[in-house]
Amino acid sequence: MTAPSAQPASSTAVPAGQAVPVSEIDISCRLPLLVLFVGAAKWLVIGWIFALIGSVKFHSPGLLADYAWLTYGRVHPAFTNSVIYGFCLQAGLGVLLWLIARLGGTPLAHRWLVVVGAIFWNFGVAVGVIGILAGDNTGFEHLEMPSYAATPVFLGYLLIGLCGAITFHRRRERKLSASHWFLFTALFWFPWIYSTANLLLVTFPVRGVAQAVIAWWYSDNLLVVWLSLVGLASVFYFVPKLTGRDFRSHYLAMFAYWILVLSAGWGGIPTSAPVPVWMPVLSTISSVFFLLAVIAVGLNVCESIGCSLRAVQGKPEVSFLIFAVIAFGFAGLMRAGCAMLDVNQGLNLTWFGPAMSQLNFYGFFTMALFGAVYVIMPRLFGVELPWPRLVRAHFWLAAAGVVLLVVPLTFAGIFEELNLADPQKPFTVVMHSTMAFLRVSTLGDLLLLFGHIFFLANLSGVVLGFYRARAATAYAEVTADLFKPAGARS
Amino acid sequence: MNFGPLIFLAAFFGLTCSWFGFVLTPQFQVGRLQQTNTIPAGALYPVSRPGLARQGLSVYRANGCAYCHSQQVGQTGTTCDVVLTDPGTNQTALLVALRKIRPALSESEDKELLASLPKTIRQGVTKEEADAAVKVLTSSSAKATTWIVPVGPDIPRWGIRRTVAEDYLFDYPVMTGSQRVGPDLANVGVRMPDANWHLRHLYAPRSAVKDSVMPLYRFLFEKRRIEGTRSPEALTLPPELGPEPGYEIVPKPEAIALVAYLMSLRANEPLFDAPVSVAAAVTSNSDTNAPSGGTSTPTNAAPTNTPPTK
Ligand code: HEC
Repeated sequence: MTAPSAQPASSTAVPAGQAVPVSEIDISCRLPLLVLFVGAAKWLVIGWIFALIGSVKFHSPGLLADYAWLTYGRVHPAFTNSVIYGFCLQAGLGVLLWLIARLGGTPLAHRWLVVVGAIFWNFGVAVGVIGILAGDNTGFEHLEMPSYAATPVFLGYLLIGLCGAITFHRRRERKLSASHWFLFTALFWFPWIYSTANLLLVTFPVRGVAQAVIAWWYSDNLLVVWLSLVGLASVFYFVPKLTGRDFRSHYLAMFAYWILVLSAGWGGIPTSAPVPVWMPVLSTISSVFFLLAVIAVGLNVCESIGCSLRAVQGKPEVSFLIFAVIAFGFAGLMRAGCAMLDVNQGLNLTWFGPAMSQLNFYGFFTMALFGAVYVIMPRLFGVELPWPRLVRAHFWLAAAGVVLLVVPLTFAGIFEELNLADPQKPFTVVMHSTMAFLRVSTLGDLLLLFGHIFFLANLSGVVLGFYRARAATAYAEVTADLFKPAGARS
Repeated sequence: MNFGPLIFLAAFFGLTCSWFGFVLTPQFQVGRLQQTNTIPAGALYPVSRPGLARQGLSVYRANGCAYCHSQQVGQTGTTCDVVLTDPGTNQTALLVALRKIRPALSESEDKELLASLPKTIRQGVTKEEADAAVKVLTSSSAKATTWIVPVGPDIPRWGIRRTVAEDYLFDYPVMTGSQRVGPDLANVGVRMPDANWHLRHLYAPRSAVKDSVMPLYRFLFEKRRIEGTRSPEALTLPPELGPEPGYEIVPKPEAIALVAYLMSLRANEPLFDAPVSVAAAVTSNSDTNAPSGGTSTPTNAAPTNTPPTK
């Protein structure tokens, strides 16, 4: 376990107040975060190409039907794994490291290890996605990457997480903010759930339906707990920073923290599951408790921006974060509603399920991370974003894309459920009732893909701008001598 | 003050609780499950899938059928029917008993009813009511049983009863599925026992179902030039979906295994946790009145197996 608190605290006893200059912290993060962010943006684009292929197959199922590796049942997990492991966790780790360093007023520890970890991670995800396309998936949703890919992914995480933990431990600012709690918890939540799931599902598999329970537990802890922890930490840090206001209440944030830590890990078992009843009942209770966290977060953020969207105007980064908070709330509501109000217990098996999960991992987490990365990248390199307009365009594309993706799927799910409840309706009628909605959602996917390309372009632009500026200075330095009189050389 | 250890403890505590709850306890409760007995026949259930079907499971996994097909049938509850099977010797007492249970019917209707046993006397009642009615009937030396009927939207479409933990006992990986783009397959081997239909459907779903959106699995088949005579395992396809003349489509071993797996998906045995009364489909002429899904009420078939009575 990456438990730094067990280590002696001697070396870190730098008196408070002697904070390291911010620029030095940013420089320490530059290379590792560059690798993580660009890697993440690349996976996002790749993932969305898979998503589009999968989505188009609903309209023409004969498309690419001769290639086993492009069948829906393979490109779909390739998409989710690219986005979750390639983007969400990777970019999340980048933001996490930067926040831990910044909040603690200390440079990132062992940055080379982070780079090595990131390389392991990307290698692992690439191997995993190829494995999935080759038909080697494990068969457990959100844990599809085969064990030969899970090993480098896990090692990569351990290296990155270890550096994060050491950085946390060396912090000079001893006072902990709410974001600190969220981040540090996330740091070791993942290795625990990932190793449990891999050991008990893949290496030494348990018997029967216990597999399904553990797979649900893992998905929930990854997609609800981990993503919420990191996403909310970014929201809590950046929203007040960017709007120049005070963070409303530490206690509300901590309330949300305790809800997440104590109850959100119990979610995930659908009411329809063929398991003893107490499990789905606990999950339902957990999804209701989650609403308390939603309220706490909503209140906190709302009051932090004065409950008016004026704070957002002209700041696309903040728009991303506010959108994320709204999506977080709706996703929580959908989960609780699906668990409580659905008497027929089939709603989570309709398109409503993907609508919920996409709203959570895309509408909430990815959007929060876009906001954070757009703030962090220019600071790392000390250059402005090359195309600030693209940021705004990205926001609108992403926002429209999420809405066009989630709203139609939600309705498709509800209609599907209503039609399924009528035993007289043949299944083909049910199937066709969803098609119009699926078409719209493909449009949403397309918009999102364009958004991601803008994102990648802006990130690459920052890097290029930085090196161009460097090259220009270097050139100027080298050539400066040429125009000086020979005697003036030293 | 250094809160680091405190955060660690908080998170450790939260995660440990959920780990005990949803990893360790299920392992004790359902991970150690053994085979059980069907009720009342007493046969061991489940039996391990045949080898070919096990290979098919891995084709099913590799091609991600589970992203569109769930294998979990839900049910919202059960109701009971009372079935009178044998009038016994004391017809007067039976008629009195019937009067108590169905006061609305006239005596001649009751007599008519007795002429065509077995017959459902009451339908959709609670277990208590049904058992009470059975008691009244049997006290007149007639034979009657309580017939358990699962209800819920999934039942008439896809299942005979809900799926329970035992149904997945020997599978690895267990793929309960998370979405129903296509129908639930927990019971497909019972619902659709025609292997050739499945092969055709996999090669070209639209040959079997109009405008299907199920993907085509052409890569599980081989296109061969017909040498001499057509091979017996070649698919019969409508001309617009089949290959060009002179060629035939033959399933690869993967396709055969996959269909064997589909055939082995039969979550229909009555179990203690999921009681359901099924008609015995043993006698030669009973093929036609085997239950076609749980809704059909057993008006003709004789319930030879009684569900567990407390
Ligand atoms: C993209 C989603 C999708 C995938 C992936 C998919 N199916 Fe289907 N499947 C459907 C749809 C939609 C139907 C209903 C229309 C039809 O019968 O063709 C269906 C119907 C079926 C049926 C008929 C069931 C019934 O009750 O009518 C079977 C059997 C089946 N699929 C097996 C498979 C197998 C085996 C695989 C994996 C190799 C698979 N499906 C993959 C969408 C899918």
